[in-house]
Amino acid sequence: MKTLKILGLFALILSLGAFTITSDPMDDGYKIGDVATDFSLKNIDGNMVSLSDYDNAKGYLVIFTCNTCPYARAYEDRIIALDKEYKPKGVPVVAINPNNPEVQSGDSFEKMKQRAADKGFTFPYLLDEGQEIFPQYGAKRTPHVYLLEKTEQGNVVRYIGAIDDDYQDASKVEDAFVEDAVDAMLAGKEIEVKTTRAIGCTIKV
Amino acid sequence: MKNLVVGLLVSALIVSCGNTTKQKVNEEISETQELAVAQEVNTEKVKFPVYDFEGLEPLLHQDDDKVHVINFWATWCKPCVVELPYFEKIHAEQKENNVEVLLVSLDMPSMWKTRLEPFVKNKGLKSKVVILDDPKQNDWIPKVAEEWSGGIPATLIYNKDKRSFYEHGFTYEELNTELNKFLN
Repeated sequence: MKTLKILGLFALILSLGAFTITSDPMDDGYKIGDVATDFSLKNIDGNMVSLSDYDNAKGYLVIFTCNTCPYARAYEDRIIALDKEYKPKGVPVVAINPNNPEVQSGDSFEKMKQRAADKGFTFPYLLDEGQEIFPQYGAKRTPHVYLLEKTEQGNVVRYIGAIDDDYQDASKVEDAFVEDAVDAMLAGKEIEVKTTRAIGCTIKV
Repeated sequence: MKNLVVGLLVSALIVSCGNTTKQKVNEEISETQELAVAQEVNTEKVKFPVYDFEGLEPLLHQDDDKVHVINFWATWCKPCVVELPYFEKIHAEQKENNVEVLLVSLDMPSMWKTRLEPFVKNKGLKSKVVILDDPKQNDWIPKVAEEWSGGIPATLIYNKDKRSFYEHGFTYEELNTELNKFLN
């Protein structure tokens, strides 16, 4: 019995430790040129959404975002603008909330519906239920953008990172990373800046 | 053997206490986080020094005999808030030992008066707090550490001979272990 208790404690301590030690964040997840997985995740309207649902898409802006992160909120209007600009051009926004609602109650499915309605989201807002998709992509924070190009080989990752270079003020943006990347991709040109970094909220697991 | 059992029990207790506090902090944050962004920027002067990266950079490269522990955090970042007491503890224990702790807040301007100031006051933080206000994150993040993807909490420990960067939260023990590598 005593041994069992000790073993239990060991397991507890080890498992708690496991949450604080993370591997090098730049090393896991997709890199530019990788083929990204498709998914089937529940949208706020109750329907399941997959990338393959979009017959005429040329690509996708898969954006990991959430209700609660101040950076994600700062970018909501700009994400809507991206969808309005690029959906007609064949590159729709697909937003995914990667947070575990049990850890972050403000990111529950109900609250997602509410936020999307309040803000007038024009794109699907999916819950990564079971949190199996964001680790495959390697999303580290919200918001975190993956630009995918639909090719015969699959959906190829073309850009990973931030939306632009000024979270505080859209009017002061000097480099609109995502717009530049999508424009280049659609024009068949080389994307100049393929990865960027930004401070963001860690994903709640 | 008995010692081991006692030791384990003690650590289990510490761990479980830690968890309760964590829970509480989490709840507080998820409530306040909702309000945070909508607030107007208060133009009244904030109590802490505000730097852009150019202003902060010299503090990341001081050529003195101290060990500098630089923690990047924000009041809205739960794991940051959880580990802050360990940095405070290090500050209290090691300041006579030439260790300097600097807490670099990445809170947004709208939060400086409404969240950051009350937070520092309520928690009674003793370490030095400065604000980094520089939206050009893609430019400055790699200047702090090439390997940093931008997640917080993140911590830089350096002296004039070497530097180490950590993009994760610390336990007190882990922080001490890393710090000790600079103290010998």
